[in-house]
Amino acid sequence: MRNEPSPGMSDLTACPQCDLLLQMGQEARDGRQALVCPRCGSGLYRSNRGSLENMLALACAGMILLVVANAFPVLGLDINGQRTDTTVLGAVDKLWLARMQPVAVLVLLTTILAPLLQLAAVIWLVLPLRLGRRPPAFARVFRVLQLVRPWAMTEVLILGMLVAMVKLAHFADLLPGIGIWSFGALMLLLTALTAMTEPRELWRNWEAAGK
Amino acid sequence: MNALQAAGRKLAQCETCGLIGQPAVDPHCRRCGSKLELRRENSIQRTAALLIAGFALYLPANLLPIMETRSMFGMQEDTIMSGVIYLWTSGSWVLASVVFIASVAVPLLKLISLSLLVVSVRWRWRGHALPRARLYRLLETIGRWSMLDVYVVAILVALVQVQSLAAIAPGSGVLAFAAVVVLSMLATMAFDPRLIWDPISDETGKGAKS
Ligand SMILES: [Zn+2]
Ligand SMILES: [Zn+2]
Repeated sequence: MRNEPSPGMSDLTACPQCDLLLQMGQEARDGRQALVCPRCGSGLYRSNRGSLENMLALACAGMILLVVANAFPVLGLDINGQRTDTTVLGAVDKLWLARMQPVAVLVLLTTILAPLLQLAAVIWLVLPLRLGRRPPAFARVFRVLQLVRPWAMTEVLILGMLVAMVKLAHFADLLPGIGIWSFGALMLLLTALTAMTEPRELWRNWEAAGK
Repeated sequence: MNALQAAGRKLAQCETCGLIGQPAVDPHCRRCGSKLELRRENSIQRTAALLIAGFALYLPANLLPIMETRSMFGMQEDTIMSGVIYLWTSGSWVLASVVFIASVAVPLLKLISLSLLVVSVRWRWRGHALPRARLYRLLETIGRWSMLDVYVVAILVALVQVQSLAAIAPGSGVLAFAAVVVLSMLATMAFDPRLIWDPISDETGKGAKS
């Protein structure tokens, strides 16, 4: 009771978007029921769909896709028999050499580093939990996950590659590489993983692992 | 209206783990140790500062060339708008519209509507709270799509190099443009949407202080 400031506070939650104080029923607390703010309509909690196994599987598959996506060219050009192609890292390198270092860093961050950190953080958090242990630095890694998620922009990158392809289509033969398909798959996978990551679920598992 | 702000009861929700705590009793979350705050610190000032920087760079982002194409026909400079026009005249109306919306309309509308939200919160408007809350959520989701043109330039620069018939180099506009996108994303993150609801809940008694 020493740490519980007032009785019944564990039933309370607040809408992060409008700060409305809400009473949570047992159903919502156990994640069996989704919770939507009655005042501003933002989704507070999803009913839990993603099990730890699924999250782990997606994160590991994502790591492999991310490596493949960066190991192979995303796009190639054939101009009268002369071929050039590029990876995303190659594009970052060209921007850097063109003295656009801040832009190069931004592209690197949003297309490679942020997805990498997101996947690594999920594995770091979920793998020990799955084994019934508390991961070290749970809160810190969790904050990293929250911090990087808005900066992972794989879906925008895909659209950008499409626009680039249309712009080049009149001027050369295009050769879409393995990289672009891997980025496409990675985009779907990251979307699914983000939808599955329910903070409340992870923290409940964390509490269960401590007992 | 009996709606109750958590802050009105001196309760704050942990932004990391979602647990409710009392920052006046313990400034750190009892579960995860994160700092508890009733409202994001200096939200209005920080958002306003980032917005001003964003507005200042919006014009250079749109007027300066985002890429330079050198070919045997000479040199051609492309701004964001000329890229849209090129797509339009070459028949890709859908993509032209997408690029126009993502690169020209969204950044400007985002800067303007976030400024409006800051003004509304600063002078504690009470009307239209729900549409304002929805507007904020929309801004959170669409902002990222403005990065589109940065990626287009990155891919074109990497592919069209000296050994081809033409060479494309990034222009200084892309630097300003990327800065606008990042600044407006940071401004959206600095804004605290809960401030929209504080003046309304204050009617019922003591509410949150921002
Ligand atoms: Zn709400
Ligand atoms: Zn916490």
